[in-house]
Amino acid sequence: MLVLSILIGALSLVPLGFVVAMTIATGWDTAIALIVRPRVLELLGNTVWLVVITVPLCLVIGVGGAWLVERTRLRAHRVWAVLLAAPLAIPAFVNAYSWVSVVPSMAGLGWGVFIATLSYYPLVYIPAAATLARLDPALEQSAASLGLGPWKVFFRVVLPQLRIAVAGGALLVGLHLLSEYGAFAMMRFDTFTTAIMEQYRSTFNGSAGNMLASVLVALCLVMLVIEARARGNARYAKLGSGSQAAPTRARLGAWELPAQLGLLGLAIVALGVPLAVIGRWLLEGGAKIWETADLASALGQSLWLGLLGALAATAAAFPLSWLAVRYAGWLSKSLELANYITSSMPGIVLALAFVTVALRAIPDIYQSTLLLVIAYVLLFLPRALVSLRAGLAQAPKELEEAARALGRRPAAAFFRVTLPLAAPAAAGGAALVFLAVLNELTATLLLAPTGTSTLATQFWNLSSGIDYTDAAPYALLMILLSAPMTYLLFQQSKKAAGQ
Amino acid sequence: MKIRSQALAGIAIAAVAALGLSACGSSPSSSGSAGATGGPTDTITVYNAQHQELTQAWVDAFTKQTGIKVNMRNGDDTEMAQQIVQEGRNSPADVFLTENSPAMSAVENAGLLGSPGSEALANVPQAYRPSTGKWVGIAARSTVLAYNKTKVKAADLPKSIMDLADSSWKGRWGGAPAGADFQAIVSAMLQLKGESATLDWLKAMKTNAKTYQSNSTAMKAVNAGEIDAAIIYHYYWFGDQANTGENSKNVGLYYFKNQDPGAFVSVSGGGVLASSKHQTAAQKFLAFVTSADGQKILQTGSSFEYPVGSGVAANPKLTPLQELQAPAVDPAKLNSQQVTDLMTQAGLL
Repeated sequence: MLVLSILIGALSLVPLGFVVAMTIATGWDTAIALIVRPRVLELLGNTVWLVVITVPLCLVIGVGGAWLVERTRLRAHRVWAVLLAAPLAIPAFVNAYSWVSVVPSMAGLGWGVFIATLSYYPLVYIPAAATLARLDPALEQSAASLGLGPWKVFFRVVLPQLRIAVAGGALLVGLHLLSEYGAFAMMRFDTFTTAIMEQYRSTFNGSAGNMLASVLVALCLVMLVIEARARGNARYAKLGSGSQAAPTRARLGAWELPAQLGLLGLAIVALGVPLAVIGRWLLEGGAKIWETADLASALGQSLWLGLLGALAATAAAFPLSWLAVRYAGWLSKSLELANYITSSMPGIVLALAFVTVALRAIPDIYQSTLLLVIAYVLLFLPRALVSLRAGLAQAPKELEEAARALGRRPAAAFFRVTLPLAAPAAAGGAALVFLAVLNELTATLLLAPTGTSTLATQFWNLSSGIDYTDAAPYALLMILLSAPMTYLLFQQSKKAAGQ
Repeated sequence: MKIRSQALAGIAIAAVAALGLSACGSSPSSSGSAGATGGPTDTITVYNAQHQELTQAWVDAFTKQTGIKVNMRNGDDTEMAQQIVQEGRNSPADVFLTENSPAMSAVENAGLLGSPGSEALANVPQAYRPSTGKWVGIAARSTVLAYNKTKVKAADLPKSIMDLADSSWKGRWGGAPAGADFQAIVSAMLQLKGESATLDWLKAMKTNAKTYQSNSTAMKAVNAGEIDAAIIYHYYWFGDQANTGENSKNVGLYYFKNQDPGAFVSVSGGGVLASSKHQTAAQKFLAFVTSADGQKILQTGSSFEYPVGSGVAANPKLTPLQELQAPAVDPAKLNSQQVTDLMTQAGLL
C-alpha cells in the first residue's frame, strides 16, 4: 500500500519536473526571450481578465441561484434546483459549438466570458446549494433577534458559512478556465492553453510552447495559493448535539416575478439555446448523419477509455485514501498535495510532459493506451479520492480490528471488511472520473494510440472543419452520457454537505 | 452473505483495474509475417497529415486492390513531422503523407526517409518532387485570396500578397497562421523575398489580420462579411460549393498569378520511412496513390485538390495548374523551422 502510494506520488511529480527541467534545458536567455515578449503579455492579459471577470460572475450566479432555490419561497423551486445544475452536463466546447454555429462572429474576451460563465457557474451553484440546505437556521435567528436586518444576516451570517464550499467551487471554475481549449479555440479567443496547442501543432514540443506551459503552471500555482488563503481555517462545525431545524425560507413578495424571469433567462441561454441548436443541426442532417460507422466506434472507444480511466483512478485512489484515513501524517499529506497540484494542471501541460518524457525515456509506452490512462489517472484522481476517503472514513476501524483479532491478516482484513463498506463511495468517485474522461480533449489528442478517435476528438475534428451537422450526433451523445453523472454529482454534494 | 458478495465486488473492481492496466500496456504495432514481401497479410501504418476523407478513400481502394491493411494515425503536418523526428528509428510509421512539403523536408533533413520506390518516382513528373528523390508529390493545392464579392470590388483586390501589409487592409483580412497550410505559403515567401521582408509582412499581419482556427473557418468569416478577404487554399471553396455552398455563396476566388508568392502552389508529399519494416508494402502504397487509379480519386472525388501524377487531369471545375503562373520554388528548400520562429517573433504564435 505504502509503496503504491509513493509510486503514485512520484508519478504526479513528472509534469512539474518536466516544466522545471525544460526551463533549465532551454537556457536562461532563450527562456527569458520566449517568456518576456508581447505575445505572452497579450495571452496573460486575456487569461487574467477571463479569470477575474468570469469567477466573480459564477460566484454571483451560483450563490444567488442557490439562495433563491434553497432559502426563498420561490415557486417551483424543486424544478429550478435541477435546472440550475443541468448545464454542467453540456461540455464547454459543445456549448461554444452551439453558439458559434449560430453567431459566427463570436470572438474575443466578452464572448469567452459569456460561454465560460454559462458552462461553469454550476460548479459554484451545486456546492453552495448543498451547503445552504444544511445550514442551521438557529444562527440566523439569533442574528435576527440581535437586530440585524435580512440583508445583514445574509452577508454577515450566511455567506461566511458558505466560504469553504464557494472557495472550492471558485477554484474549480478558475482551473477550468486555465485548461479549457476547445471552447476558446472555437471562438478565436487566445489563452495560454490555446496558444500552447497552436505551438504544438506548429512545432510539436518546441521550446516556445514549453515556456508558455511554464507560465501557465505558475498561474495555476498562484490560483491554488489564493484558494487556500480564501478558505481560511475557521471552524464551522456545530458543537454538541441537538437536531437541526428546517431552514426558514424568505418571502420574495414583489421579487418573485423578477427572480423567475432571471432564472428563466439563465436556463434559456445556458440550456435552451445549446439544446435547440443541436436539435436544429440534427434535424437538418436527418438520418444519414447517424449512419456512419465512426459514430459507433467513437462511442465504443469513449466508453472503453472512460471505463479504464475510472477503474484505474479508483484503484490508484485506494492506497492513497487508506493512507490518509489510517495513517494520517506528513507523508500522506504531501503525497496528496503532489497529486492535487498535478491534477490542477491543464491537460495540455500534462500531455506535453508525457510526450517528451515517454519519447526520451520509455519509447515503448509512447502512444500506448497505458500512457493515456496514466494521464487520466493523474488528471482526475482527486475526484475518485474525495469520494473514497469519505467512504473509508465512515467504515469503522473497529470492524477491521475485530477481523484481525479473529486471525485475519491486516491486508485480508482490509479487503474483506473495509473495502466492501467503501464500495458505494468508490463507485460514485469512479462515475465522476468516467465523466471527466468522456469529455477530455487535449490530453487525448496528444497521447491517444494510432487509430483512436473518441466522441470528444471526433466532435472536435468535425466542428473545427465547420461540419456542424455531422458533429451534432457527437454533441448529443456526450450530453446524454454526461446527464446521469451530473445528477449523481448533484446528489453526492448534498450528502457531502451533511457531513 | 451480503458482505461476501460486496467483498467479491470490491475485489473484482480492484482485479479488473489491475488487469486492464497490464493488458493495455502495448501499443498496436503493425504485424505481419510476410513483412518483406508486401503480401496481402501485411499491415502498414500511415502517419496521415492529409485530409482524413481523402486518405481514407486512397486506403480503401488500396486495400481492396492489394489486400494490404492500413492503420492510420491522423494529425497536422508539422506536429507529425516533429513526432517522426523524435521517434527516430523507433517510429511505428511506415508511410508519411503531408498536405504541404515543408513537413516532409523536415523528416528528410533528419535523414529518416528511405526511397519512395521506383514506381512512384516514375509516376510523378520532376516538377512535383524534390531533386533528392526522397519523396514524391501526391497532390497539389494553390494559394488563393478568398474575398467577399459584395464587399470588395475586383478592381480593389491587391496586386500581390505582399500588399496585404498595407494599412488600408487593417482589420480586413484573415488567415489561419497556426496551420501548416498558411506556414507553407510563408515558407515560399521566405524563399522568394528573404527573411527581413517576410518578418515585416508577418508583423503587419499581426496588426492587420484576424486569425482563425482553420482555412474553413476563415472562409466562413469572409462569407459572413466579418472580414473582406482571407488567404486560404483553393479547394475549400470548391468543396463547399459541391456540398451546400452555405459557407461560400458570397465568396469569390482571386488568383495572384504573376509568379507572386501568393500564387504559390503547395505540393503534398508522400514518403517511406527508412526505418519501416514493410518497405515493399509501403512503396506499393505510394505507387498506388500516384498511379492513374489513385490520382483519379483527386479528379472525381470531393477533395478538389490537383492531381500531380500519371498524367491525370484535374477536375474540370478547377483552373488548370498550368494557368496559375506559380512562382518557381524548390520544395526541398522550404524551411518550416525558420517560419515558425519568425511567426513566434512576430507574435502570431
